Order: sequence, then structure tokens, then C-alpha cells
Amino acid sequence: MARIPAYVPFLVVVGAIGIPILVYAALGIGERVLAHLPARLERRTRPWLWLGLPLVLVVVILVYPIVTTLGTSIMGARSETFVGLDNYRWAFSGTMLGIVGNNILWLVVYPIVTLILALAAAVLFDKVRYGPLAMSIVLLPTAISFTAGAVIWSEIYSFQPEGSPQIGLLNAILHLFGFAPVPWLIQPIVNNLALIFVAVWLHLGVATLILSAAIKNVGGDMVEAARLDGAGEFHIFASIILPNILPAVLVVLTTTLITSLKVFDIVYVMTNGNFGTDVIANRLYYELFAASNFGHASAIAVILLFAALPVALINVVQFRREAK
Amino acid sequence: MSARAPKRRGSTGRWARIGVHVVVVAIIVVWFVPTIGLFVSSLRPQAEAASSGWWMAFVRPIYTAQNYELALDQLQTASSLATSLAIAVPTTALVMFFSVLGSYALVRMRFAGRTALSLILVALLVTPPQITLVPLLRLYYMAGLSGTLPGIWLYQTGFTVPFGVFLLRGFIASIPEELYESAHLDGASELRIFRSIVLPLARPILASLGILAFLWSWNDLLIPLLFLGGSPLAPAITVNLSGLAAQTAQGRGPLMAATFLSVVVPLILVISMQRHFVRGILGGAVKG
Repeated sequence: MARIPAYVPFLVVVGAIGIPILVYAALGIGERVLAHLPARLERRTRPWLWLGLPLVLVVVILVYPIVTTLGTSIMGARSETFVGLDNYRWAFSGTMLGIVGNNILWLVVYPIVTLILALAAAVLFDKVRYGPLAMSIVLLPTAISFTAGAVIWSEIYSFQPEGSPQIGLLNAILHLFGFAPVPWLIQPIVNNLALIFVAVWLHLGVATLILSAAIKNVGGDMVEAARLDGAGEFHIFASIILPNILPAVLVVLTTTLITSLKVFDIVYVMTNGNFGTDVIANRLYYELFAASNFGHASAIAVILLFAALPVALINVVQFRREAK
Repeated sequence: MSARAPKRRGSTGRWARIGVHVVVVAIIVVWFVPTIGLFVSSLRPQAEAASSGWWMAFVRPIYTAQNYELALDQLQTASSLATSLAIAVPTTALVMFFSVLGSYALVRMRFAGRTALSLILVALLVTPPQITLVPLLRLYYMAGLSGTLPGIWLYQTGFTVPFGVFLLRGFIASIPEELYESAHLDGASELRIFRSIVLPLARPILASLGILAFLWSWNDLLIPLLFLGGSPLAPAITVNLSGLAAQTAQGRGPLMAATFLSVVVPLILVISMQRHFVRGILGGAVKG
């Protein structure tokens, strides 16, 4: 059964309980020291005493690496020579074009499919008595890792040549209706869409939940009034509900955009980028470990960062608006 | 719902109702069946699984626990689950602790740069983890953090704290000012206010943050794949699964069993604490 080094349980206790207790004690000591300072200085120093460690964590894990990667992206494979924009030129040429293209496909298809399905689910779940059950079921896959989701769907997409028994669910269904089996993970474009659907399956619940909450906030009176005026359900949705839930729609679009940018697990597990399904994050893993080219890896990481920048800006603007 | 306009649209209305049921049931089926398929596959003997799909188990019910024995014995599944727990439990605790510290200071204390700091944290919410890998692989190697559990806690905590601060912030800001004032008048110290007012009141939202932090940590593949290599520990369960998935030689049964074991833990968590989970998702709906 499990063979775990004996120090591990001890280490876990230290990490989960020991560190918080130590930090808390350190805060206590810090507060004692602050109490002896002049009031002005005390007020000025206190925030940094409390924020210090969380900020150090964020600086070490996020801020410092972002700045450094910007630097290594204009250096050679071992970060020893300056190469200017060579890595970026490489990132937009040759095989990389197909890879960037795949990410663009993800960026377009994944948010749109998720949004449409989530809108349908959010609206329709509200109209049936078993809606809460449906919502719980759609939420289940959100607990499942992308890795496990990829394993689950690899089985569903499983393909055998025509004539042999199909043990994958999708091809078995096709067979039942007399169609030829489809090599879901091999046939170009189809395979990318098949991978994208795995992500849709895993995270539809989150999008549905966000939209459903927003729809419940739309004034029931307005909807009732429109209904009494004889407006059709679709008209009510398009002219009353949709305009009122645009912020939630934006959240769904931005979160799915970010997921499309950094998607790795699904591609790594299901095709490892073969058959024209490679994406930037998987290629980055290859550059790090197989090719050991830190320049290339940094450059494509920076591309991902810049692609995420508009979303970061939207969030900042939204946050400032809400703070007022 | 109450003032449904019946009859007016006659049969169109009825067809629309049927259409609604068809779509909702279709969604339920597609979102439920894959997990059932995984469970049933994990219980089928190899000879069966090689020749027919899992649904045939309902026609010819032949079940076995052998896949689970194989997964636990030979695929290191139990050790991998232990490694994943040893990653996720401290990470969850540390994310909760540092997030509540940070958001309390950010909300309650006035200082120069406070707004700028909040905005930077919000901007960092959507950072793709890939941007951190090159420098951190080097830093971890130099600092001896590669292949260690604390290295993984450090990464996942640092990466998740901006979200935690963001999620808790609104909640802590909504604690009424009078509570703090009366505590101050009673001579309570900052630390005492934090412990006996903020922490108890923030318990529900901390539970939400805890669930999300645990799920992200438990389900993470990239970071344990990159930073836990070369450690004496078994690989994290996600890393183990991704390796097994690449080997097609073995029967798929043990892989199905290992995968099912890996999803049972988060599924139970989400089902049993769905209310907290939902609040976390709705409260922090900005992260990708």
C-alpha cells in the first residue's frame, strides 16, 4: 500500500498548523514593539507588519518571475547571450504558427460554446422543477481535475477501425446509427474541438452558476410586465434579461479566455500535442524539459502574459467601478 | 413563474415545454454519464473491457475489484493520493491564513499605496502560471526547494493569495464599523480584534476559500509535475494519472480505478459543501 516517508506527516502538521501559529506569534511580538513607537509611526508601520508575509509570497511567486521572464525572453537558450527579438520571431514562424493558431481556435470556440450552453442551462433550468438537481449535476465536473477529465474523455473518444467493436461511447453511438467511426483525437480540427469540449464539460457548471445568479437578480416585475404584455419568452430573454446580465456575461467570457490561454493538462494528457493539437502551454513544457531552451520558453510565456493583459485591465476597471 | 400565461399560445406552448425538458435532460445526461462510465469501467474485468464498452456491463453484469487492487498495489495510487493530500492540506491552510491576514490589513488599515496595491493584486488574478516557470525553476533549484513539499506549498499559496485577498476583501469590508469601535474602546489590541471579531465572522467565506484552494491544489498538474520531480515521494495523483494515461500497453481498468479514486475526494467535498462552494465561485468570479 502507501509507502510514505515517515517525516511527511510531521512536515504536513508543521506546514498546516505550525507556520500559521508561528506567524501569529510573530505578529504578536511585532504588535508589542509597535506599541512602544510614537502613534504616527505606529500607524504607518502596522500595515506592513500585517501585509509583509502575504506580499513577500506574491512577490516571490508572481512579481519577480514576471519581471525576470521579460528579461530571459530576449536572451538565448541558456540566458547567457542577448538575442534581441529572435525568440519572438521564432514564436511566430514555422511550427509555432500552427500552435498559436490552435490557441486562437481555443480562444474563439471555448468561450462562445461555454457562454451559449451556460446561458441555455441557466435560463432553462429555471423553468423545470428538477432545475436544482440539474444544476448540481452540471456542477459535479467542476470538482474533477482537468487531468482526470482528460482520462475520462479519452475513453469516450476511443476509436477502433471500422469493423471492430467500438468501446468508446461516441463511436458506439455512431455505429448504432450506421455511421462510420470518427477518429476524434486524430482527425485535424475535429480533434481540437474534441479537446475543447472536454474543457466545456469540466467548467460549464461555473459559468452556469454565475449567469444563473445574475438572471435571478433581474427584476421579476419587469419580466412579469413584459409577459402580461404578451411578449414571447425569447423576446423577454433578448430584450430584458440579456442586457441586464452583461457584467456576468463578461465574467464568463474573460474567465474562459484565460483558461484557453493557459490550457495545458487536457492537451498534455490526451494527445501530448500530436496530430496538430499542440498549444502554447504544452509547447512551453517541451521547451523547458525536452529542448532546454529557456529563451523560447520565456518568449512564449510572455506572449501568454500579454494576451491575458486585456482581461487584467478589464478586471481592474471593473474593480475600481465597484469600489466607488 | 407564478403568472404563467397558459392556453394563450396553445400547442406551441406545449411543444416549447417539451423542448425545454428535452434540452435540460440532454444536458443532465451528457454531464452525468461520463462519470458513471468511469465508475463502471473501473469495475470491469480486463477481458470484458477490451472487447466491449462499459455500458455492456448493464447487459452482462460481471464486476471485479481487481482494478482497484492493481491500482493500489502496482500503480502507487495510494502513495500518490497521500502525496496529493500532503500538498493540498497545508496549501489550503496557508492560503486561508495569509489571505485573511492580507485582506484584513488591506481593508482596515489606511496607508499610502493601499489602492495601488489592491489594483495590482486584482491585475495579478489572471496571471498565466507559465510566466513564472523559467525563473522559479532556477530559483527553486538554487534554494533547494525543487522536489520538496514546502516548495509546492510556497508556489500554490503565493499563486492563490491574490485571489484569497480578493474574495475575502468584500466580506471583511462589510463587517460593521461599530464592532471595531466598541472593541477599541474596550482596549482590545489589533491582534485581539482580528482573532475574536474578524476570524469568527469570516468563517463562512473562509470555508468557501478553503474549498476552492483545496480543489485547485489537489487538481493541479503543472506545478507538481515541474517542481516535485526527483523527490523520494510518489508523484502527485494528477502527475501519476497523466503518466499512466500515456502508457496504452496496460489494460485501462487500473487507470480507471486510479482516476475514480482521484475524483472521489473532490467530489465528496463539493457535494457535501455545495453551499460554500457556490458562494466561493460567485464571490470570486474573476479568476480563469
